[in-house]
Amino acid sequence: MMTARDNLLYFLYLHRTGLTVLALSVLLLVWPLLESNPYNLGLSNLIAIYAIVVLGLNLFIGYAGQISLGHAAFFAIGAYGSAIGTTTLGGPAWPVMIVVALAVSLVALALGLPALKLSGHYLAMATLGFNIVVYSILVQWDKVTGGPSGFSGIPYLSIGSVVFDNEIAFHYLVWTVAMIALLLCLNLVRSGVGRGLAALAEDETAAAALGVDTRRAKVKVFILSAVLASVAGSLFAHCYAFVSPDSFNIFVSVDFVIMVVVGGMGSIWGTLFGTALITLLPEWIEALESYKDIIHGLILVLILLFLPQGLVTGIVDAVRTRIALSRHHA
Amino acid sequence: MSGFQDLLQFVFAGVTSGAIYALIALGFCVVHNTIGIVNFAQVDFVSLGGMFLFTGLYWSGLPMALALPGAVAGVTLVGIVVERLGVRPSRSQNHLVLIFLTIGISIILRGIMKLVWGKNRMAVPPLAGEEPLRIAGAAILPQAVAILIITAIAIGLLVIFFRGTRLGLCMRAVASNQTAASVVGIPVGRVKAASFALAGGLGGLAGVLVTPITTLSYDVGVMLGLKGFAAAILGGFGSFPGAVLGGVMLGLLESLSAGYWSSAYKDVAAFVVLLLVLFVRPKGLLGK
Amino acid sequence: MLELRNVSKWFGGLPALQDVSFCMEPGQVTALIGPNGAGKSTLINCISGVDRAQSGSICLAHHPIGALPAHKIAALGVARTFQNLKLFARLSVLDNVLTGLTVAAKRSFTVSMLRLPALRHLERQLRLRALEALDDFGLAKKAHWPASSLSYGEKKRVEMARAFVSDPRLVLLDEPVAGLNTEETAQIARHIRRQRNAGHTMLLVEHDMELVMDVADQVVVLDSGRCIACGKPEVVRSNPMVLEAYLGRMEATA
Ligand SMILES: Nc1ncnc2c1ncn2[C@@H]1O[C@H](COP(=O)(O)OP(=O)(O)OP(=O)(O)O)[C@@H](O)[C@H]1O
Ligand SMILES: [Mg+2]
Repeated sequence: MMTARDNLLYFLYLHRTGLTVLALSVLLLVWPLLESNPYNLGLSNLIAIYAIVVLGLNLFIGYAGQISLGHAAFFAIGAYGSAIGTTTLGGPAWPVMIVVALAVSLVALALGLPALKLSGHYLAMATLGFNIVVYSILVQWDKVTGGPSGFSGIPYLSIGSVVFDNEIAFHYLVWTVAMIALLLCLNLVRSGVGRGLAALAEDETAAAALGVDTRRAKVKVFILSAVLASVAGSLFAHCYAFVSPDSFNIFVSVDFVIMVVVGGMGSIWGTLFGTALITLLPEWIEALESYKDIIHGLILVLILLFLPQGLVTGIVDAVRTRIALSRHHA
Repeated sequence: MSGFQDLLQFVFAGVTSGAIYALIALGFCVVHNTIGIVNFAQVDFVSLGGMFLFTGLYWSGLPMALALPGAVAGVTLVGIVVERLGVRPSRSQNHLVLIFLTIGISIILRGIMKLVWGKNRMAVPPLAGEEPLRIAGAAILPQAVAILIITAIAIGLLVIFFRGTRLGLCMRAVASNQTAASVVGIPVGRVKAASFALAGGLGGLAGVLVTPITTLSYDVGVMLGLKGFAAAILGGFGSFPGAVLGGVMLGLLESLSAGYWSSAYKDVAAFVVLLLVLFVRPKGLLGK
Repeated sequence: MLELRNVSKWFGGLPALQDVSFCMEPGQVTALIGPNGAGKSTLINCISGVDRAQSGSICLAHHPIGALPAHKIAALGVARTFQNLKLFARLSVLDNVLTGLTVAAKRSFTVSMLRLPALRHLERQLRLRALEALDDFGLAKKAHWPASSLSYGEKKRVEMARAFVSDPRLVLLDEPVAGLNTEETAQIARHIRRQRNAGHTMLLVEHDMELVMDVADQVVVLDSGRCIACGKPEVVRSNPMVLEAYLGRMEATA
């Protein structure tokens, strides 16, 4: 017989993922009431926007086992697409955002289809090259993009009469999208598709022999991650009302990769941690400004040397193994 | 100037930067062939070459004839250190992890350069004079001629190294089959270190040759290095003749598109063509 | 069930399989034996689509499958194990077995991301099936362990569970008892016998003659890529060519 308590525990266990997301959402709901400093809110908003990109990128790196050094380019297309679509062309913000995301998915398809046939090196080159091309166009085509000095005057987003025009409003907007993205990604990885992807990341031959269409899966994840980056880019443009090419160069792409590694390849929850840590790090070590690059690099190298799966994933794996073994001996 | 002179000028400029890309591309290929990864620290070997040359000339007051080989040797040493401390200790053989590792190393190297030499742009004097030579009406910098000659010599030496020396043969053996090579007693670890040394030397050489015509800064190697990588991929990653061919093609592509279309979009032209080539010939021009 | 006709495969000019032909009947266990390097794993790779034969035809229930990619062959109900274990170290034991149900799971990204009630229901069913399979192989207690923390013998059993969980039409087992001690071997043998009684069709690559003679309905002998004998175990056992080419050599080295 199951008692009421057992029932409750079973319910909690069954819905643990959804409930954790819910708890986090509630925390985020009240956070602006506790934190009134707009600077800190701005930082947390940036974390949310980056997290949307990095969630997708982590699916691609950690689950499909591929390299992308060009996700800042998709982020850029999203941002500039929305900026140009709404400001220059005068389109409505939300539909433009969707159209841009669709366009990005086509670009990703065209880029990924040939490159994903080959080993990771070619994909690294293709994505890097793509990022450089997009960045150069942003800088050079100043009639349309505003050139190096950037593009300003992008309208704020609104739903009905609610206009998202201050840090608190941004907070609710970007974290809502981030939480939805988080939930979608969590759902994906704990389904059959996600298991197929995890298999693919570890051993392509075995995954194929089990029925995973490896090529198709890689392309799909690539497109999904590009679309997430594009949406994040649109939000970025509308929240800051200003974009400039420097937010989208290859070093930003590399930063996204660092966020994935810190969070752990193949850990969706870790992504939030990695994104937050790398975004906040420059704030904490302001005194060490000149050492910033070295510290970034050292973090990446040390994590990869000692926990090759990434920080969070590495620790979680180790703890799981430890628990399993200790139970066995007990 | 006539159209022909223009063309000659552009071709010459293209071949010159192509030679630099070829050197860098060869560095990428050497490491790829022995370890199977893209070594992104190659990018910083180029900047380091220029930095060491600058230091040798101005901080230690060495003559060019000593400072130049000294700088190349210095970067070679850095290559070995990178392999020893950064790549070899890795517990994982996963390529993804190793490639990200080299990205981390690259960030560290750039951070160190920024710390030691600062963020300012610096100038390094050319090997030969500054007075342009006139060949068939085209003006050519003596440094460009020096680049072509030294690159040709370096490639020649590389061929001799791979064909005629024990270490070179070992490296080729490891490249073609690592397991078999270690079974027959080839010291695979030493070969990997040697490949990083060679990559360092090639990158450093590219750096000392190119920085007199660009300017010198801690991140000058990033764009040059990535074009070297692009050249290697264009030629077919891992193929040495491919690297040279890819380098020259990329250099020509860039200077011709800058000359006849727009110098602002020369990077765009170069990388778009690269992406298109990968689209139709995914393994590169000479890839297997 | 499975019909191979003149299957040949070369690795850079060296023949690994030459004109291999044989048939398998449904519900039968066929043992594939032969000395090291005879081409047994290569044959399994060709059947499962991991590798491709250069000539000849492979038909599954009269459908040619020789040119299909691995995932399509898996979708037709062919499951396999690997000679040198290919478990996913980072996944839990249960998830490893669940990957064996990839074909039965939903493939749509959108549906998976939305996780509608129908998908939850399907996922729960798949979990139950996976747990049952684990129970069959005596591993239910370790369902939530990371696969990397299991012993070698347990890993072999997880691979078997992963292959059998989807109730496949044809199972290819590549040396399931290699490297195991006698006790573990006996355990695996029991499992194989049980699966045979449950009506599974299997192609079993094995060096352990006792096991082969015990479970096989048919034995195929490969030597240097050539099929040198094919038939009932007791017939093949007394075939002088086999004795000469294989069993003799085995006993000499054993
Ligand atoms: N990828 C490959 N490239 C080149 N040769 C290969 C390859 N795979 C297998 N071979 C060769 O093909 C032959 C058959 O190998 P295979 O692995 O099929 O033998 P096997 O019968 O499974 O042997 P074992 O009992 O050792 O598992 C061997 O000579 C082997 O060296
Ligand atoms: Mg075998």
